[in-house]
Amino acid sequence: MQAYNLNHIRELESESIFVMREVAAQFERPVLLFSGGKDSIVMTHIALKSFSPARIPFPLLHIDTGHNFPETIKFRDSLIERINAQLIVGYVQESIDSGRAKEETGPNASRNVIQTVTLLDTIEKYGFDAAIGGGRRDEEKSRAKERVFSHRDFFGQWDPRNQRPELWNLYNGRKKDGEHFRVFPLSNWTEMDVWQYVLMENIEMPSLYFSHTRECVNRKGVLLAKSDYIELMEGEKWEEMRVRFRTIGDMSCTGATLSDAETVEEIILEVAAAINTERGSRADDKRSETSMEDRKKEGYF
Amino acid sequence: MRKIKDNGYQNMELLRFTTAGSVDDGKSTLIGRLLYDSKAIFQDQYESIKISSFNSGCDHVNLALLTDGLRAEREQGITIDVAYRYFATPKRKFIIADTPGHLQYTKNMVTGASTANLAVILVDSRKGVIEQTKRHIFIASLLGIPHLVICVNKMDLVDYSQSVFEKIKNDLKAFASKLDIQDIHFIPICALHGDNVVDKSKNMLWYKGSTLMYLLETIHIGSDLNMVDCRFPVQYVIRPQSEEYPDYRGYAGRIAGGVYKPGDEVMVLPSGFTTKIKAIEGPEGTIKEAFAPMSATIRLEDELDVCRGDMIVRENNVPEISQDFDVMICWMSNDKLEINGKYIIKHTTREAKCIVKNVLYKIDINTLHRIKNDKDVGINDIARISLRTTHPFFFDKYKLNRITGSVILIDEANNNTVGAGMII
Repeated sequence: MQAYNLNHIRELESESIFVMREVAAQFERPVLLFSGGKDSIVMTHIALKSFSPARIPFPLLHIDTGHNFPETIKFRDSLIERINAQLIVGYVQESIDSGRAKEETGPNASRNVIQTVTLLDTIEKYGFDAAIGGGRRDEEKSRAKERVFSHRDFFGQWDPRNQRPELWNLYNGRKKDGEHFRVFPLSNWTEMDVWQYVLMENIEMPSLYFSHTRECVNRKGVLLAKSDYIELMEGEKWEEMRVRFRTIGDMSCTGATLSDAETVEEIILEVAAAINTERGSRADDKRSETSMEDRKKEGYF
Repeated sequence: MRKIKDNGYQNMELLRFTTAGSVDDGKSTLIGRLLYDSKAIFQDQYESIKISSFNSGCDHVNLALLTDGLRAEREQGITIDVAYRYFATPKRKFIIADTPGHLQYTKNMVTGASTANLAVILVDSRKGVIEQTKRHIFIASLLGIPHLVICVNKMDLVDYSQSVFEKIKNDLKAFASKLDIQDIHFIPICALHGDNVVDKSKNMLWYKGSTLMYLLETIHIGSDLNMVDCRFPVQYVIRPQSEEYPDYRGYAGRIAGGVYKPGDEVMVLPSGFTTKIKAIEGPEGTIKEAFAPMSATIRLEDELDVCRGDMIVRENNVPEISQDFDVMICWMSNDKLEINGKYIIKHTTREAKCIVKNVLYKIDINTLHRIKNDKDVGINDIARISLRTTHPFFFDKYKLNRITGSVILIDEANNNTVGAGMII
């Protein structure tokens, strides 16, 4: 008998497609959270495949902190045009202007925490009942126990101690009015899997992921890129270096890594040899041991 | 590109396994060892748990902290939920569903086991076979995990004694023969020092078998899926209704069993109409065949009324079709199972209501005895129950197909998943 085998990437892809279609089938108004980072780009690629040759049957939502890398916005807009998808943007600035969110101050100020307000407000405004996110369980320890279909209460909050058991491929998306779900189709992917898939599928990625020369400041081991959002502290200086980004968030809290990797192949070899996790360069995770869990409980991505 | 292929990173199989052990059997140490030796623990993670271990008064690096990420777990030093861990060697990618050993172990182990190809069960060499070990083996067999690996741990504390290992092995073999277990392996290990985990032990030269890592990397999992009985639960109907594709109608789903090819004669359930497959599209475009566990889109020659919850099968190989069936249920809610109670039931892509007609017996998971008169089914209990559904279901026995043989029950009032059932 012939051997029927899927390699690990194709198996993960099939699983993610299954989850995407399950969302489209179980919910009235889903939305795909698009940050402009590699996971949301891969997720969009998988969403396209899941419903081909039809269009993606739900909009994409970008929560714009106003502190983005300019490359991210450019990449986002060209992708949206190419795939003919609907894009909704929620602006953190609007939440600040309307008094719903209060901006942090000081040299390490970031809009990372307050974007949760904008996210939850946008979900409520449009009546979204499922928000598909690119979170992966290998990223961060509190994500290791996240469900694929993760329930959020009326206030958008996550209760990690009372999660519904998730068995086989039977995803329970039942909810009451006003509640919603976060769904994570890439739960079982690792950073390595994502890059292998990018290579296999030849997916276009923003230039930020590849090695380039940039002025950065070394703040407690995190290399922050020069921008209007970073003020130098005493004793700090801008230095030119060869860097790339392993994750892309706000300019105010995403650190670069020293790298000469210019192609996807070189990135894969670099990831294989890496001794630190990708989120090791995220200042937002370093605030406390459970900072991710604390933000997630409030309704963060 | 060639370099990456040579490194073996492109064409690896995926092995999902679950781990079970009693408290202090050394499960966290074993997982930490596998992750550490396969370089899946990063320096910043290691540094961070080193600091946490020290802060919590531990004199060694507590690898359990790698997975116990929730605040409550760290504060109380307990594991409260299934955690998923990932690592890869050049041969395979692994997903570990790590289940806590004490709190609600049945509910958690059943959850972790539901998607596993293999279970690693730890036994403390000093304690030998205890009730908890039997429970773990029973749950693994109940959940139809095809491969079982019993690691007899802490061999250093019994002077690496072959006779201790052989006794445990023989005791468990006798126990396992009463259950439906296809493939069982025994390995004497010392997780703390790494004996027979990744490298062969120099302390147990009498052991001629493979190390745990070698077994995980090489065990044959290609035939774990049912490639004979064709089962395609329709998940979603794709209708672009665009200028380019005005009449396109594709049935999307994940193949739960068998192999499908264009030209195959198929039958659609529940209507019973037969037609042929016109074309199949997989994630990589039009394909000549699709097999489990692929996600695919099937187009049919004839225009039939097909919707989510229907199933595309072969005319000469249909699943059972009925509104009445029995399941072994693992109860997962603090509210007890109600006889004559109504629940929502999910099976493949089908959802309906059902009524629990009867509890036939409960299983004492320590002795495996059937308790016929006890109909009181609470959290972590396992029982055989009879169900009647509002619509006919198309199903197989769980033994034959883990996807078309499994159901979950949902409480209508609060939408919680309250039971996991395996069709008998």
